[in-house]
Amino acid sequence: MPKLVSHPDEVKVVSRRFGQDATNIDRYIELDGYKAVRQAIEQGPDWIIAQMKASNLRGRGGAGFPTGMKWSFVPKQSEKPKYVLVNGDESEPGTCKDHLIFLHDPHSVIEGCIIAGLAVGAKTGFIYLRGEYRYLLTIMEKAIADAYAKGFLGKGIFGSSFDFEIISQTGAGAYEVGEESALMESLEGKRGVPRIRPPFPAVVGLYGGPTVINNAETIASVPHILNMGGEAYARIGSERNGGTRLFCISGHAERPGVYELPMGYNLKKMIYEVAGGIRGGRQLKAVVPGGSSTPVLLPSEIDIGMDFDQVGKAGSMLGSGGVVVLDDTVCIVEFALRTIQFYQHESCGWCIPCREGTDWLKKTLTRFHAGGGEAKDIDNIRYLAENMLGRTFCPLGDAAAMPTIAFVKKFRQEFEDHLNGKPCPYAKQQELVLA
Amino acid sequence: MSLTTILENPKPGSTIFSPELAARFDKLVTLYPRRRSALIPMLLYAQDEIGYVSDAAIAEIAQRLELTVLDVRNVLTYYSMLRTRPIGKYNVQVCTNISCMLRGGKEILTHCKKRLGIAHKETTPDGMFSLEEVECIGACSWAPAVQVNYDFHEELTPEAMDAVLDQYRSKAGQ
Repeated sequence: MPKLVSHPDEVKVVSRRFGQDATNIDRYIELDGYKAVRQAIEQGPDWIIAQMKASNLRGRGGAGFPTGMKWSFVPKQSEKPKYVLVNGDESEPGTCKDHLIFLHDPHSVIEGCIIAGLAVGAKTGFIYLRGEYRYLLTIMEKAIADAYAKGFLGKGIFGSSFDFEIISQTGAGAYEVGEESALMESLEGKRGVPRIRPPFPAVVGLYGGPTVINNAETIASVPHILNMGGEAYARIGSERNGGTRLFCISGHAERPGVYELPMGYNLKKMIYEVAGGIRGGRQLKAVVPGGSSTPVLLPSEIDIGMDFDQVGKAGSMLGSGGVVVLDDTVCIVEFALRTIQFYQHESCGWCIPCREGTDWLKKTLTRFHAGGGEAKDIDNIRYLAENMLGRTFCPLGDAAAMPTIAFVKKFRQEFEDHLNGKPCPYAKQQELVLA
Repeated sequence: MSLTTILENPKPGSTIFSPELAARFDKLVTLYPRRRSALIPMLLYAQDEIGYVSDAAIAEIAQRLELTVLDVRNVLTYYSMLRTRPIGKYNVQVCTNISCMLRGGKEILTHCKKRLGIAHKETTPDGMFSLEEVECIGACSWAPAVQVNYDFHEELTPEAMDAVLDQYRSKAGQ
């Protein structure tokens, strides 16, 4: 079982039921569960969307789009059925927050999903977990069955005139399926290849019907927002970035773990105080602030608030909340190589710049790290990556290119240290670890 | 795969799956607005029962979903967890992606290779273990992590990894 951590600076909203046996439906109800959805039924869709807009909740999957606004884009009238799709295909390296939500608080996802359905007029919700989370699907399915048994799902939920069904399933191993349009393809029983947009899912989504797609953490936040009120939730965070976020700290921190902190919390403080600093008192070399696709930050760049706008201003992205800490033993070339290996493996192959670009980057970086690098390779790596940017139908191409560009730009010296057959300057340390 | 397996259709009403799984499939295909949506779960459940997705499983799933065998294969080959060949009883999947790499994921992989005497995507001669280097499995804050079949093992060291392997070995012996 993944270890739970705690720190006094945490503001537990989404994680407040973690470790409280809330997978049990009666316990969940005891802990204020299924209260928000009853209020939502009473107050109606306009009230729900107003609360969501006031909350300044922004999508926790990575893009940070305002959730209330997303919901308001769904047409009120539609000939085709509307759907809610919960994206639990958590696959961005460095990210493991939804893992804990499904493990400890599956009913919050169900409740949030019903509320989203009420807000946009959908009668069916899908909860899609990544294939590796099979044991969490078992927990989720049990929670759904319990909710049906209580009349919280099915016909006339909570004694109202509303019907709502939830279907849950897993994928079968594909990072790309975490992208919203590829996710819909996968749910329709196809290869996880993205769709061309427009039309956007809010207009033409699953089975051609208007569809709201939200990250699992976003959906799990919804009941809490209605319970405390949108404005109160917004006040926890920073400007235009409401509430809290589950930050997944990994890598060389002394106390890695998933911490729930207010949006805008200082990154330096997060690493040095919340996560206990760098393991063994070593020096910090770099931080990947929001999952593997976000450009790396130097130690001199981490005195910033962790919200979508401030991290953006610092030249990176808040992404999916995966804060990866690198100490001074890390070879950046090897780290860049491992990152690009991942994207090369996961590229669906549809768009040529992504399919070929990731492959060439992998080949070049592999040769480079093995000591076969030439001076021109350094600029070539950057040139290749820059030519992938914005030239693909989905953001996977950008996700591969952006960190690569940042590694070359910020750690050029380390690339040069590998030139002309020089062995990796960090290999010795790694051999020591191996011995 | 021979041409005959492509052309040969299973007899309607007959099944290669256990009665429980066949009943589960009967329900799954009615669950979604479109039958085809049940495809990925069906492939996974078939694999769980048989150990891999066999030609016969593909043919029956295609028939149940009113798809061609080619439609099914087209989807099957996209997803990294689905396989068309048998592997060991316990599939040891070692994550070496960034968060795990930083905390010794590659060393865990090397250790497993040495310990089991097999490389990536190979199986021990007794059919007990298969080994696979995998991409991020969503256990980054508890790295390095390994998944054996669907079970997670976190915060591993080479010694702890040995204990995990021993645990499965004795489980198989029971």
